[in-house]
Amino acid sequence: MSLAEASALPPEEPSRALVFWRRYRRNKAAVLGLFLLGVIVLLALTAGLYEPVDPLRRAGEPLIWPFQDWATPLGTDQLGRDILAGIFHGARISLMIGVVATLISIAIGVVIGAIAGYFGGWVDDVLMRVTEAFQTVPNFVLLLTLVAILGSSIENIVLAIGIVSWTAPARLARAEFMSLRRREFIEAVRNLGVGDMAIIFKEILPNALPPVVVYASVIMALAILLESALAFLGLGDPNYASWGNMIGQGRSVLRVEWFVAAIPGIAIVLTVLSFSLLGEGLNEALNPRQKKG
Amino acid sequence: MSDVADTPTPILEIENLRVSLPKGADRPYALDGLNLTVNPGEIVCLVGESGSGKSLAAGAVMRLLPEPLVRMSGGSVKFDGQDLSTLTEAQMRGLRGDRMAMIFQEPMTALNPQKTVGWQIDEVLRLHTDMGAKARKARALEMLRDVHIPDPDSAFNAYPHQVSGGQRQRVMIAMALAMSPRLVIADEPTTALDVTTQLQILRLIRELQASQGSGILFITHDFGVVAEIADKVAVLRQGELVEHGPADDVLNRPRHPYTRALIAAVPDLRPPAPRDFSDAPVVLKAEGMLKTFKARGGMFTGKRKAVAAVDHVSFDIRRGETLGVVGESGSGKTTVSRCVTRLLEADGGRAELDGRDILNADARTLRAMRAEIQMVFQDPMASLNPRKRVVDLIAQGPIVHGMNPGKAREKARELLALVELSPAAAERYPHEFSGGQRQRIGIARALAMEPKVIVADEPVSALDVSVQAQVLRLLADLRERLDLSLLFVTHDLRVAAQLCDRVAVMEKGKIVEMGTVAEIFAAPAHPYTRKLLSSIPGRDWVPPVLKDDAA
Repeated sequence: MSLAEASALPPEEPSRALVFWRRYRRNKAAVLGLFLLGVIVLLALTAGLYEPVDPLRRAGEPLIWPFQDWATPLGTDQLGRDILAGIFHGARISLMIGVVATLISIAIGVVIGAIAGYFGGWVDDVLMRVTEAFQTVPNFVLLLTLVAILGSSIENIVLAIGIVSWTAPARLARAEFMSLRRREFIEAVRNLGVGDMAIIFKEILPNALPPVVVYASVIMALAILLESALAFLGLGDPNYASWGNMIGQGRSVLRVEWFVAAIPGIAIVLTVLSFSLLGEGLNEALNPRQKKG
Repeated sequence: MSDVADTPTPILEIENLRVSLPKGADRPYALDGLNLTVNPGEIVCLVGESGSGKSLAAGAVMRLLPEPLVRMSGGSVKFDGQDLSTLTEAQMRGLRGDRMAMIFQEPMTALNPQKTVGWQIDEVLRLHTDMGAKARKARALEMLRDVHIPDPDSAFNAYPHQVSGGQRQRVMIAMALAMSPRLVIADEPTTALDVTTQLQILRLIRELQASQGSGILFITHDFGVVAEIADKVAVLRQGELVEHGPADDVLNRPRHPYTRALIAAVPDLRPPAPRDFSDAPVVLKAEGMLKTFKARGGMFTGKRKAVAAVDHVSFDIRRGETLGVVGESGSGKTTVSRCVTRLLEADGGRAELDGRDILNADARTLRAMRAEIQMVFQDPMASLNPRKRVVDLIAQGPIVHGMNPGKAREKARELLALVELSPAAAERYPHEFSGGQRQRIGIARALAMEPKVIVADEPVSALDVSVQAQVLRLLADLRERLDLSLLFVTHDLRVAAQLCDRVAVMEKGKIVEMGTVAEIFAAPAHPYTRKLLSSIPGRDWVPPVLKDDAA
């Protein structure tokens, strides 16, 4: 049949979104991850309905166990704050931290990795030595230092988390750019007279993004964990009911009233789990070739 | 075929073989009703274009199909009179490598890069014989000698990347023949090789086969190779056997229309009538162009030897003329194409486009000049951004050069008609097209800039022969209509003979000979040119002129 192929076009393919969803759906765990994430997003969206005033206000007697008093279904902490309200509002903070810190780290990482990978040579050398300098300092130590210097407001915490986690996406983007920049389609557009910046951001970047997007889910999970760890050490922003802050509060009553720390802990576990399952599903849907065999 | 000497049992007897494809593939069966016999001492060529199912036939014989997605669903494969489907997996493993062996297309990927050549031949012997270590080594060295590897002792200890492509293929053949198998399946074994190496390998296969008397199932897409090596030919189209018979019959008196069309598409070695360009102005002129590649040394190793990829290359192309640059891999022909388009910076010399220096033009001038010299690339899949629609790919150049985007897209749609693609193609993405269609898109993209010169780097070598003929015809037609000059880089002398007015033969970065196609093909002066010409597979076979339709 290939003898008469000149004008005959193959039949129309289903849209990209549909193909993507079909591939994603194949992984049952990834669908569970998406469901969990949906629940968490729902919590964040309806937080104002459950507790419209302030999740940090006193809602009842301190240290009520869960399922005792229906005004505070998941109990209260030692200051009498409703734990369920904290979970609702904490979802907002955790998601916000996850999304914004990830955006910051991906933005820094992709730009640095793209420039290093595309230009190569001394540019690459300089940028990669800087990246390595960042990688040699343990993430959390650097984060503590930054928060200690900047102060522990929520904006600074998000910024600091973004700054400590850009190195991995930078290396990932660099590797993608190094392999893509020598492809013929890049030579083809160079030959059309397209400038370097347009090639980097309009031609290569869309092709380099899938692995970065997959990795973003990992960073999101890490960002939430980092914030919780900060809060656990008492370095979180005390003006927000973040899950990490709640665990930090619960630490002092951990031996008897363990639920105060355990409930937000479970929330964090489920959120991080949802992101990593999501990441796995994205990986299979966006990079189908890696998994064959 | 074998009705005269019917006494020996055929080594391989395929009857009504049917191989099923998974649901949603473009056809239900990869192979349907395939009948094929390979007798001892016989080379049977299985010919077909990409997607014809020829490689799956090999997989079915070796029982190496990617099951369960692709599986044998009917017919029988008999090896030496024994039905292979009755064997257990362990018995099959015993057969493979011992009594039936396979030679693959790409020896670099078929050999394990972590193990020495000697180790890999030794492995075959270790698995299938109970020879001692010393005897195995002696046998391996003997095999390496048999496949004419220079210095077998050092090749024995070398890793695959340390020997050349042709030698790697020799190693593969040594491995395949180590056990003197009854049947050898060769899946496009010379496709990845240069012509001169290809001829040597083909001769080697013939020679070893004659001395061992095994039967060979030789899978190829190249009728030149068929003419060179085949005793019998079987032609596959879309999984169906359309014609089979002795090589002489099929090649010179094809009966089935598909075979006739395929053979008609094989480029003829006789060049078309020469055209005269002595009055036309020179459009592209290169003088003493120079490009050396310096391997970037490690921190302690220092600089490695520089390699001159383009060594004082000079040529000129007149308006409307086509200059072919032919040579084997590593001859520097691609580097020439990259240097004149400034995709690579040359180290010296001059190149003038319409009288203006392009090698030393500053960034701004260069951008303007790029419109006049455009490229068509080898791999049409790799040269189109997979995330852009066709219309945007074609319109991109004009938009960058300041054309109104709406107008540029309109023009892109007109260009699709010019390269004989349907207007519906505009909204599609590159992966939705076949290879030939993609190459048409690549040509349309180059034409969108209204260039004076098109540099084509192996534009048809990734395409099937029938599609190749169509794209060549399109290029020739566009060249006439638009008065284009072409710098046509190719390794395929048949293609060069068809399209080019003049050819420049390159070896090791130098142009060793340049002249009109008729001169070069009739009376090559340089020994290298002579060697190249005499290596063209099937050069003694003149494709018959067939009267009927070719499509």
